[in-house]
Amino acid sequence: MHPALSVIAFTTFSGAGYGLAFVLALGHGNSAALSTKIGWFVVLAMIGGGLLSSTLHLGNPQRAWRAFSQWRSSWLSREGVMAILTFIPLTLLAAMSILADSFNLVLGYIGAIMCMITVYCTAMIYASLRTIPQWHTKWTPACYIAFSVTSGTLIYMAFFGREAGSASNNAWVYLSVVFLVVAWLIKYCWSKNALAAGYGASSMETATGLGNIGKVRLLERPHAMGNYLTDEMAFRVARKHLNKLGWIEVFLGVVLPIVLLLLSLVVGSGLAGFFQVLATISLMAGLFVERWLFFAVAKHAVGLYYGGEEALVPAE
Amino acid sequence: MADPQLNLSEPLGEKHSTTCYMCACRCGINVYLKPGENGEKSVRYIEGNRDHPVNQGVLCAKGSAGIMQHYSPARLNAPMKRVGPRGSGEFEEITWEEALTMATDILEPLKEDPKKLAFFTGRDQSQSLTSWWAQQFGTPNYAAHGGFCSVNMAAAGIYTIGGAFWEFGSPDWERTKLFVMFGVAEDHDSNPIKMGIGKLKKNGGRFVSVNPVRTGYSAVADNWLGVRPGTDGLLILSVIHELFRMQKIDLDYLLRYSNAPFLVIDAPGTADHGLIARDKNGVELVWDAKKKKAVPQTTKGVVPHLSSEVTLPKKVKAKPVLMMMAEEYSKPEYAPEAVAGETGIAAETIRGLAAEIAKVAFEEEITIEQEWTDMKGEKHDRFIGRPVSFHAMRGISAHSNGFQTCRALHVLQVLIGSVDCPGGFRSKPSYPKPYTAHPKPHATQHDGAKNGPLAGPHLGYPHGPEDLLLCGEGKPLRIDKAFTWDAPLSAHGMMHMVIANAHAGDPYKIDTLFMYMANMAWNSSMNTRGVIDMLTDKDEDGNYVIPNIIYSDAYRSETVAYADLILPDTTYLERHDCISLLDRPCSEPEAVVDSIRWPVVEPNREVRGFQSVVLDLGARLGLPGMVNEDGTAKYKDYADYMVNHERKPGIGPLAGYRGKDGSKSGRGEPNPDQLERYKENGSFSMTHLPDEALFFKHANKAYQDFAVDMGFFDAPAPVTFNLYSEVMQKFRLAAQGHGDVQPPDRLRDRLELTFNPLPTWYAPFEEERLGDRTDKEFPYHALTQRPAAMYHSWGSQNAWLRQIHTKNPLYVPGAICDEKGLKDGDWAWVSSWHGKIKVEIARMEAVNDKTMWTWNAIGKRRGAWELDKDAPEATKGFLLNHLINELLPPKGDGYRWANSDPVTGQAAWYDLRVNIEKAEADDEVTLPILGEQKRDKAPKEEIRYGLEWTK
Amino acid sequence: MTTLPASTNKKLGLVIDLDTCVGCHACVINCKEWNTSGYGTALSDQDPYGANPVGSWLNRIHTFEVTPMAHQSKPKGQGVGEVIGTAGEARVVHFPKSCLHCEDAPCVTVCPTGASYKREEDGIVLVDEDKCIGCGLCAWSCAYGAREMDQAEGVMKKCTLCVDRIYNEEMDEIDRQPACVRTCPAGARHFGDFADPNSNVSVLVKERGGFDLMPEQGNKPVNKYLPPRARTDLGEGAAFAAPVDSTEEAGGVLGWIDRALSGSTRSKGAN
Ligand SMILES: Nc1nc2c(c(=O)[nH]1)N[C@H]1C(S)=C(S)[C@@H](COP(=O)(O)OP(=O)(O)OC[C@H]3O[C@@H](n4cnc5c(=O)[nH]c(N)nc54)[C@H](O)[C@@H]3O)O[C@H]1N2
Ligand SMILES: Nc1nc2c(c(=O)[nH]1)N[C@H]1C(S)=C(S)[C@@H](COP(=O)(O)OP(=O)(O)OC[C@H]3O[C@@H](n4cnc5c(=O)[nH]c(N)nc54)[C@H](O)[C@@H]3O)O[C@H]1N2
Ligand code: SF4
Ligand code: SF4
Ligand code: SF4
Ligand code: SF4
Ligand code: SF4
Ligand SMILES: [Mo]
Repeated sequence: MHPALSVIAFTTFSGAGYGLAFVLALGHGNSAALSTKIGWFVVLAMIGGGLLSSTLHLGNPQRAWRAFSQWRSSWLSREGVMAILTFIPLTLLAAMSILADSFNLVLGYIGAIMCMITVYCTAMIYASLRTIPQWHTKWTPACYIAFSVTSGTLIYMAFFGREAGSASNNAWVYLSVVFLVVAWLIKYCWSKNALAAGYGASSMETATGLGNIGKVRLLERPHAMGNYLTDEMAFRVARKHLNKLGWIEVFLGVVLPIVLLLLSLVVGSGLAGFFQVLATISLMAGLFVERWLFFAVAKHAVGLYYGGEEALVPAE
Repeated sequence: MADPQLNLSEPLGEKHSTTCYMCACRCGINVYLKPGENGEKSVRYIEGNRDHPVNQGVLCAKGSAGIMQHYSPARLNAPMKRVGPRGSGEFEEITWEEALTMATDILEPLKEDPKKLAFFTGRDQSQSLTSWWAQQFGTPNYAAHGGFCSVNMAAAGIYTIGGAFWEFGSPDWERTKLFVMFGVAEDHDSNPIKMGIGKLKKNGGRFVSVNPVRTGYSAVADNWLGVRPGTDGLLILSVIHELFRMQKIDLDYLLRYSNAPFLVIDAPGTADHGLIARDKNGVELVWDAKKKKAVPQTTKGVVPHLSSEVTLPKKVKAKPVLMMMAEEYSKPEYAPEAVAGETGIAAETIRGLAAEIAKVAFEEEITIEQEWTDMKGEKHDRFIGRPVSFHAMRGISAHSNGFQTCRALHVLQVLIGSVDCPGGFRSKPSYPKPYTAHPKPHATQHDGAKNGPLAGPHLGYPHGPEDLLLCGEGKPLRIDKAFTWDAPLSAHGMMHMVIANAHAGDPYKIDTLFMYMANMAWNSSMNTRGVIDMLTDKDEDGNYVIPNIIYSDAYRSETVAYADLILPDTTYLERHDCISLLDRPCSEPEAVVDSIRWPVVEPNREVRGFQSVVLDLGARLGLPGMVNEDGTAKYKDYADYMVNHERKPGIGPLAGYRGKDGSKSGRGEPNPDQLERYKENGSFSMTHLPDEALFFKHANKAYQDFAVDMGFFDAPAPVTFNLYSEVMQKFRLAAQGHGDVQPPDRLRDRLELTFNPLPTWYAPFEEERLGDRTDKEFPYHALTQRPAAMYHSWGSQNAWLRQIHTKNPLYVPGAICDEKGLKDGDWAWVSSWHGKIKVEIARMEAVNDKTMWTWNAIGKRRGAWELDKDAPEATKGFLLNHLINELLPPKGDGYRWANSDPVTGQAAWYDLRVNIEKAEADDEVTLPILGEQKRDKAPKEEIRYGLEWTK
Repeated sequence: MTTLPASTNKKLGLVIDLDTCVGCHACVINCKEWNTSGYGTALSDQDPYGANPVGSWLNRIHTFEVTPMAHQSKPKGQGVGEVIGTAGEARVVHFPKSCLHCEDAPCVTVCPTGASYKREEDGIVLVDEDKCIGCGLCAWSCAYGAREMDQAEGVMKKCTLCVDRIYNEEMDEIDRQPACVRTCPAGARHFGDFADPNSNVSVLVKERGGFDLMPEQGNKPVNKYLPPRARTDLGEGAAFAAPVDSTEEAGGVLGWIDRALSGSTRSKGAN
């Protein structure tokens, strides 16, 4: 699948935003503290910005409001609806913190759950597509949720949780490391599945129904140049790039953050914060790559009509 | 929620019926015009006309893309005068008056020495007008593009059965049970062939395709024979060998309709050797076994003997034609095993094919209960059919052995008795027509005059060496050297030699090259670069070697850039046209059909229909037949000509709705309402054949009478199928030294080899001439195929069609890819003895293992057709033509040997031999690049056709 | 509306005959020609005369090459069905593809706006372009590549089954069929109601073994494809064709001609 920058930005940022909201809504932070107030503000900005950026790839964004209507069947609609609904508790919580230095745990739990449901809905947009076996797995929502919580946790730890004191900060570092490990284990499972999935049960033979007479390959495209479908769905990245990006993803997303976090435990308190910030930035960069790869390795069934494994790489 | 309410009954607009022109199939179309926001009407939709006999409602991709063709940005706007050097594409627009004056000033002086004008037309369907014009001007130098297209098929068919595939006849699609197709990708009859294949399949028939490449029609064939190019002749003769061996020949049919029983004189060394024995009235003799003597074939009740040598009076030995054939084709050299290696087709497959043909022809006979009478007056109760049909085109004709191969195929049809029978091949009236009913070629004026009209039409069918167009010293009379010893039966002329000969001044220099609708500076020519050099070459004085070039095109083609004066034509929706029986008929086997085009849309530019322009020029030049006594123009325009011109009293361009009240067909006085009547009838006229005239037209009394009534002939002209060609033998005898008209010595051996009066096979000239180099240096064949969704070069300006074929890879057999380390998308150098091109390749398995191929005419010159200079057509699309030369590899004898069939002069496009090597992947741009043509305007960034109607 | 109707009154769709399609693209262009001025906005073309021409199309022809695998090939020297010439048994299949109007159309259920819907009366899957936001999700959900975003208008385009033809009262009854079906020169496309077991399309599917594309995707496509029919050997059952050891010379043939003519049917005037 063709990775659209706006969609990558949307899913990583809003994912992190919901993760941070999840942490804050569970009562962490200190509603009276400036950092928590900023934290809430950042939450709203991240998920709001993410949502806005997601409309960038729409053909007709002015009609985006219509997307709330089909929640009965459409995960995209559900996500839209959930995003709006989730704004209610989150905005209330933010307002309470910013304006009244207060917090309400019941509302917080409701908000936290709704955050995760929203992230789940986002993930299900992808996971529900039978056409893309890499996505069509329970590991997809698991990844989205895990990365949401992990990125939220790291952001909280690095930027907004300091006031909770160094002892507990160490605990957050440990927690972050654990989350990182768990999230990337989940991602590993996803990848393992993704690499093996190919086109799932589909093949050029089932796509054409010609398997009973032989092995099928594309001789001629319908139109010589690319088209919307090849650009969007038969998009392929050269394997050597995939491998390279795979290493970058792991390095930035997990190796470097863990090293930096562990270092932050041993260096002096002055530098610890700096290392934690670096770790978080590295994670976010890693997640950006992860999300790019999430698209790039996905094989859409339509590719089978454009050459399958031999697909004539990026349309000219 | 309820589903949205839709407006599902939008009206389509005004319906106008006319005729498609995107290929020679000439389907009927309905063009719907609808007003847009500003009230101006434009084309909403084009569909096939259901009532039209040719396409019965269907429409191909090109026809359906008519909107983009009609509104193409490459359309010419006004007459133009060249201002930059030839090839630059720099022009200045001028008025029609200026343009016509310029043309008249160039042409007027040439009337003194008319051969200084060469008038050649291309993809044109108005040859009866253009040839008449050239005849009245007096130049011998006229032809259309048939010579590089398919004259082998046409001429072999006419000489053998009085017709051929293509426009002259078609399979009996309703009834045929076995259809065998040789070397066809698309063809002129393209919608009917597709419809026919559909029908055949529906009826459960079998479709066999013989073609090195398995795409298009061949893709749906039940059996595909991936023959090696240029060897079909052997394959067909081997099938004939098998038919003789299995004794599956329709003797009865042969006796009735062919020259099988005619006695051929066997007197080697004499001037009569190989001629058919005749009585003093010229009637052919056959052997009456009962009376033990030769009698005229017309003798009542005679059952001619077919199988032994006889002695005629004066001890002359003779043999029946069929006996000669049996002896010849029973030779082991034609056995399937013997030809398997050369053709690449396994012996068992050849045997299978022959057996299949025999089985269907003789065991699945069909009958139609219908009384009819033959030309001998014999009455029959029914038509008996052998439901095996064939079709073939350029795959077998575009070779230097193509004439003989095409002959072989027609002879095969006669042997199994399937010509014009139910389920077989059916002639389309005005065919069949024996070659003797066609004119002979003409190149000189009446009574030795130096100028004025020619004594007769340019093109025709010679009967022997005496009909060649040679002057006293044996020099060619025509610039293209048609009808000379180089190509004696070049019935369509040799347009592909014109530019080369004019440039070389061989046989003489000309002043003006006047061309119409032929992209000769590009895809229409072999050796494109060479042709461009010839068109732009200057003499010592700095003048162009070919002094004047006048050209009529409708679009900014490559050739436009090389002309000095451009006469812009309209698009096909803007002009009158006439698909005439005097020209290339578009009949159906059961009905005579002709049709018109008319201005469905009025031109909004300074363009004029070329036919009207030609008539105007003719009037300005005072050409006979085009002016009244007072010197004024006889015809207002082409529409006027279509209605009022008469070739012979009562016979004009259009056969339908003749006579004062429009009630006559074929013959009748001009009818002033004729065009209106055509329009009311969907722009065509159709005259059905009587039921008893539907089959065996070559020998069917009812048909022959009908044909006379219609004005096809003045007296019945039945056809005797020429299994044995006496015409060929006459040329051969000349080569052996007999007769007055003698070939040059250099050609004697070749004539002896190639003018075999019985179909024969010899290796294509290019591979033969290259000798050892063929296997060592150029082991592969390279071909082109027509894409169904593209018409030669001119489809690329069509925004819809060009998306399908924006570039053309060279398809290379898997085994060659493996050997040369090539994979999809690689670039490779392909070389022939003559040139070298760099192209992108694609792998393919379903192709003859020695053959690579590409789509024809996709490659474009930069800037041509108003395409961006970086258009893939120009950067990745390519022409195979760069590898093909109009001449054969030099022999070292100082002569220029044409790369053509030695009988008809047909260009041997598919004789090409090549090699291939992987190229470094650098800029991925095709080579060679031949300059850039100036564009008129910046290309549009987006099209949203029809938006105005969709809001 | 994004939810699918529990059932539709009719199941209109196409049958495409892969044994007959010659890959001529007539249906592709005629579809474009009809629809660019028909239902919904124009089908735009970008860079139409430039270096990278692309456009919206509702129907496209793919060309596949099919090579039998070892177990599918005929042993060498057996029969002359597919095993032809030196090129082996590979064959080319032209493959037209437009929307299959699936019964379980995921493109409908994923649509967040309700723009995509399946008509209850006849099962046609349509996009209501006034509602479409151009999110592209429906195209992602379609395994067949039947949906294309129009780059100029930013709305999703797809085959309408020529809904503005098949019910068009301005047209002759006989022309109320999809443009691609009416124009197909080979007659490889058939239109009809699959809900009616006696319809032309249902009968074809039954007789010729019509199949679904990617049944494993679970979309239950309405359109069906007919497979290339089985090939049989040339000359099968022609006993007279048996090869002889030594090639008979002309003498044998001439003897036959002699015998045949002495009992000639000619006087009986067969034809
Ligand atoms: N769509 C479309 N239709 C057209 C045209 C067009 O440009 N586009 N052009 C029109 C014109 S001018 C013409 S002349 C006709 C020509 O119509 P076709 O005769 O169909 O012309 P080609 O495309 O040259 O196809 C030749 C076929 O012969 C095969 N072939 C080549 N060499 C051999 C051989 O030695 N033996 C055998 N058995 N096969 C061989 C090639 O693989 C190819 O399939 O088409 C007309 N119709
Ligand atoms: N390699 C290779 N080369 C080939 C062949 C091949 O098989 N392989 N085939 C050969 C054959 S058979 C043929 S017939 C030729 C065909 O080649 P051409 O006859 O050159 O055919 P087109 O490319 O269609 O060019 C015809 C010209 O007519 C112009 N034209 C189009 N419409 C109109 C109109 O309405 N009025 C006027 N006045 N002009 C118009 C076009 O713009 C174009 O310049 O190509 C030959 N060249
Ligand atoms: S076959 Fe196509 S291009 Fe040729 S006349 Fe018919 S519709 Fe037009
Ligand atoms: S029009 Fe018919 S034969 Fe041509 S590509 Fe379409 S389905 Fe195939
Ligand atoms: S083919 Fe694709 S677009 Fe059409 S109904 Fe099925 S899933 Fe939807
Ligand atoms: S692109 Fe339009 S039709 Fe498709 S899912 Fe989005 S809103 Fe629905
Ligand atoms: S049914 Fe209509 S919209 Fe659909 S592919 Fe055919 S022509 Fe195009
Ligand atoms: Mo041609």
